[in-house]
Amino acid sequence: MRIDTYVPEPVREQTLMLFACIGAVLLVASLIGGLLRWKLGAANGVVANLNARINAWWVMIAVIGLAFLGGRTGVVVLFGFVSFFALREFVTLNQTRRGDHLALVVSFFVALPLQYIFVGQNWYGMFSIFIPVYGFLFLPILACFGRDTTRFLSRNAETQWGLMVCVYCISHVPALLALDIPGYADRNMLLVIFLILVVQSSDVLQYVWGKLFGRHKIAPNLSPSKTVEGFVGGVASSTLLGAALFWLTPFSPWQAALMALAITLMGFFGGLVMSAIKRDRGVKDWGNMIEGHGGMLDRLDSVCFSAPIFFHLIRFYFVP
Amino acid sequence: MTSRSAALLPARLLARIVALFLISLVRIVTGAQARWTGTAPLPQQRLYYANHSSHLDFLLLWALLPPRLRWHTRPVAGADYWNRSAVRRYLIRHVFNGVLVERGGEARAEGVARSDPLAPVLAAIANGDSLIFFPEGTRNANEEMLPFKSGLFHIARQCVQLELVPAHIENLNRVMPKGELLPLPLICTINFGTPLTLQAGEVKDEFLQRARDAIVQLIPEHAPRPS
Repeated sequence: MRIDTYVPEPVREQTLMLFACIGAVLLVASLIGGLLRWKLGAANGVVANLNARINAWWVMIAVIGLAFLGGRTGVVVLFGFVSFFALREFVTLNQTRRGDHLALVVSFFVALPLQYIFVGQNWYGMFSIFIPVYGFLFLPILACFGRDTTRFLSRNAETQWGLMVCVYCISHVPALLALDIPGYADRNMLLVIFLILVVQSSDVLQYVWGKLFGRHKIAPNLSPSKTVEGFVGGVASSTLLGAALFWLTPFSPWQAALMALAITLMGFFGGLVMSAIKRDRGVKDWGNMIEGHGGMLDRLDSVCFSAPIFFHLIRFYFVP
Repeated sequence: MTSRSAALLPARLLARIVALFLISLVRIVTGAQARWTGTAPLPQQRLYYANHSSHLDFLLLWALLPPRLRWHTRPVAGADYWNRSAVRRYLIRHVFNGVLVERGGEARAEGVARSDPLAPVLAAIANGDSLIFFPEGTRNANEEMLPFKSGLFHIARQCVQLELVPAHIENLNRVMPKGELLPLPLICTINFGTPLTLQAGEVKDEFLQRARDAIVQLIPEHAPRPS
């Protein structure tokens, strides 16, 4: 893997501007959070959680910003670690047995790093099939060495699901850097920003719309906090945000809006799927790594489902 | 604490550095988190007792105690295991400041006249130290806990004031099952329950059952069950 920490000039300028905007938005959010705490008191649970979430956003933005200073390599390494923490949360809640040990060690310490090395090498032919083909076939072979047939199929399915969601899907965020779009050379890092910004603000906007106007639960069995009003308001406003950010991308404004719509919808359904898994396991959050948000996977469930679709939509329509 | 204060300063410094290194290592690998659901981490003399499924159990529990509690808390460990090599001896005596006990006492205690195997433990309690204790007596590869040995009862009977804090260590047996070389980086959790003491008139079996139940109640719903 070639170490490439070069950040091209136009990217540097627009990235700085974006981070300044995000900083301003967060500053406003922090002020509102402080005002609410002053009005409603520090004992109010919703306000305390809101402030914890806002503070965590400051940290997350700082970490992403630092990674971007490291250029291509910085972004690949950042998401490699993100995958690691996500996979750890996922496997912790899997019903593994002793016989899975080898397959899981290989998942963490061989499959995960290799996937990100292939992404770092721009080797599309490999990173797009490595886990679905090689992982799919070799992990159950390794599990055979555990000589334990109890729930063999479901144990392997859980391991593979973890790798697909936490490693394969998340690795499609840095994989955006590998897309060769005519007239967009050197600017792919902005696609990463576009994706993260639209998906995450969709989560935030759904939360805000839901808290302000939410009346009707949209999927009470799967995710009791999601409402119809939050869903419609959040998707609509983040689609508009996506359209407004078209200048970051190789898309026209309406193309940017459609892309934003596609990734926010995938993000929403990703949240539902991951929530269904959590409910089945009897937990509310995947972990407690990020104060106020829960675990890494609680923050990333929507990105897992939208990143591969965003990647392939661009690859299909914009890469000759 | 007497053995420690007698040691030379550089040696004590080195032991503290080794301790901090091992604590960071185990915390990073296991992403460990403590949940104090039954009590707060209070700076008072206590005995923490937990399920035992891995050699790292006491290290993880020790690492998750807040520092001001940790340096006054000593693990109770089997002398047969920890005296087997020079490295182990160094670790248990100087780094962990452990209390070594002779195991297998229960079977022999009645007939043969021998010193009380719990004497070092009672001495440490009299000295004001907090302790980490594994009442199953030995590591347990199964998912069910073994029945408790009588040691915990004898301690509770002789130190009626001492708070016994039940702690459930979750997942550490999955991180590194017996015989595996590489650890899995799973998230381990220690859940601290409500402290208990021996009740008036409580007999041995009742007490040990109650103490064991206190740990079973701390097992979360989502934990893998034996199938």
